[in-house]
Amino acid sequence: MRDSHTESDHHPDRDRDRLLVPVVDDDGAPFWEYAAQGELRVQACAATGCGELRFPPRPCCPHCQSFESEWQRMSGKGRIWSYVMPHPPLLPAYAAQAPYNAVVVELADAPHIRLVGNVVAEPGAALDSVDPARLRIGAKVQAAFTKGAGASAGASGVTVPQWLLERS
Amino acid sequence: MATLKDATAIVGTGQTPFARQLPESEKTLACRAVLAALDDAGIAPSEVDGLASYTMEETDEVEVAKSIGAGDITFFSKVGYGGGGSCATVAHLAAAIATGQASVGVAWRSRKRGSGPRPWKNTTAQLPTPAQWTRPFGLLRPADEIGMLARRYMHQYGATRDHFFNVALACRNRANQNPAAIMYERPLTRDMYMNSRWISDPLCLFDNCLETDGALACVIVSAERARDCRRRPVYVHSAAQGLPAQHHGMVNYWNDDPLTGPAWTAARQLWKQADFGPDDVDVAQIYDAFTPLIPLSLEGYGFCGRGEGAAFTEGGALESGGRLPINTGGGGLSEAYVHGFNLITEGVKQLRGTSTAQVPDAATCLVTAGEGVPTSALLLRS
Repeated sequence: MRDSHTESDHHPDRDRDRLLVPVVDDDGAPFWEYAAQGELRVQACAATGCGELRFPPRPCCPHCQSFESEWQRMSGKGRIWSYVMPHPPLLPAYAAQAPYNAVVVELADAPHIRLVGNVVAEPGAALDSVDPARLRIGAKVQAAFTKGAGASAGASGVTVPQWLLERS
Repeated sequence: MATLKDATAIVGTGQTPFARQLPESEKTLACRAVLAALDDAGIAPSEVDGLASYTMEETDEVEVAKSIGAGDITFFSKVGYGGGGSCATVAHLAAAIATGQASVGVAWRSRKRGSGPRPWKNTTAQLPTPAQWTRPFGLLRPADEIGMLARRYMHQYGATRDHFFNVALACRNRANQNPAAIMYERPLTRDMYMNSRWISDPLCLFDNCLETDGALACVIVSAERARDCRRRPVYVHSAAQGLPAQHHGMVNYWNDDPLTGPAWTAARQLWKQADFGPDDVDVAQIYDAFTPLIPLSLEGYGFCGRGEGAAFTEGGALESGGRLPINTGGGGLSEAYVHGFNLITEGVKQLRGTSTAQVPDAATCLVTAGEGVPTSALLLRS
């Protein structure tokens, strides 16, 4: 595992060497709180007779305009919708792992809900831990959560979902 | 209902030199471009009463107005979403002039993107939404964000790197005819393209626009006034902005069909207001921050069907003498990347008959702003 820092060695000079953590807003906060518990949940309208899922989260439902919402648990199964392999110039912590993959995953439970992420070899592994030759659009993936690892490496302890290729 | 059609005209354009690094400040460059445009129009700076630019423009109206010696300003506007706002700056002034809110409008963009900071490196200013859903995963730059759509487009419609090369080559060939272009003396070959370094696979170096210091401006007045100006008027025939339902900005991954972007929305409004259609466009200036934006825009603005944009680029279609010559000054890929403003001024040059890659008897020109973000477009005619 790269860049594993503890809270005690957090230092501003090191920030340049860390991967970015989510800058969370009110609407997105529940997603990250559930992620910290190892759950992939998506915002859904809680109005009677609606129930539409929406992502990214927002204050009200674009279908029925209700402000009532709940967070529905997803199976974590998905398929790669597209991906890129970024090369430098990049922020230092990303350049250190480049080229790495960044993917958009469409959820099996709701294909119009898509999440940006990284396909890794095992939970907590680096962004470049999977051979790019194994990536293809349509490949099945499964969400995995590891606190303070992989894309969230660093002192923040923020848990972000990662994706593992399913054996096909 | 009042209409914008041919009610106003662009009567002056101005530009500074383009370079990777210019010594003067953005403010100075802005003033030089604005004054050059007014001189081109034969209109005194004291007559300017309308201003429009981008929200990303660092030199604000107060600075421009007091520096150039403008009169009382009665209309000023800034348009958001980076290069998506380029054509809207002209559109806002056209609307203001057509409705009597101003009489002499100046739109401009000044940017030191070549020698200044890269916007994506500013991690402290990252917006909570949608950056929280993308940036931690290393989707950091516009090239990464558009690259994601590009690979999906290739997968879904069979587009290839050769199609993107066709775009890069057409722009480079026109730049090779344009002494003001950064790539004037630098031809591009397929070999160079295919062997260049990746920026964000599937996008290579030559799929990305230049990083440029420079400024441009244009002057808009009523059609009546335009007849008395120094230059042949170029009429604003139709103008539109486009923010599609459920659009998400440059990371538009979350609606039902991410590959139909803002161009489709702007196009519907643009053609609805126009006396002619895509088949009647003589030359087009299509926003080219990244090569895949051209096939997407060709589809969106109705030059071909859904998924046919890549194939449209084959057989020299985008070159001089082709089915639709594009970006005849070299565009953002090979002339200069100034948030698309050089596409507007090149459109004016074509309709004046003064382009360095002149399309014979060009009488109609489509100019588009950034695709993939909330956008805007203009139909110009002579």
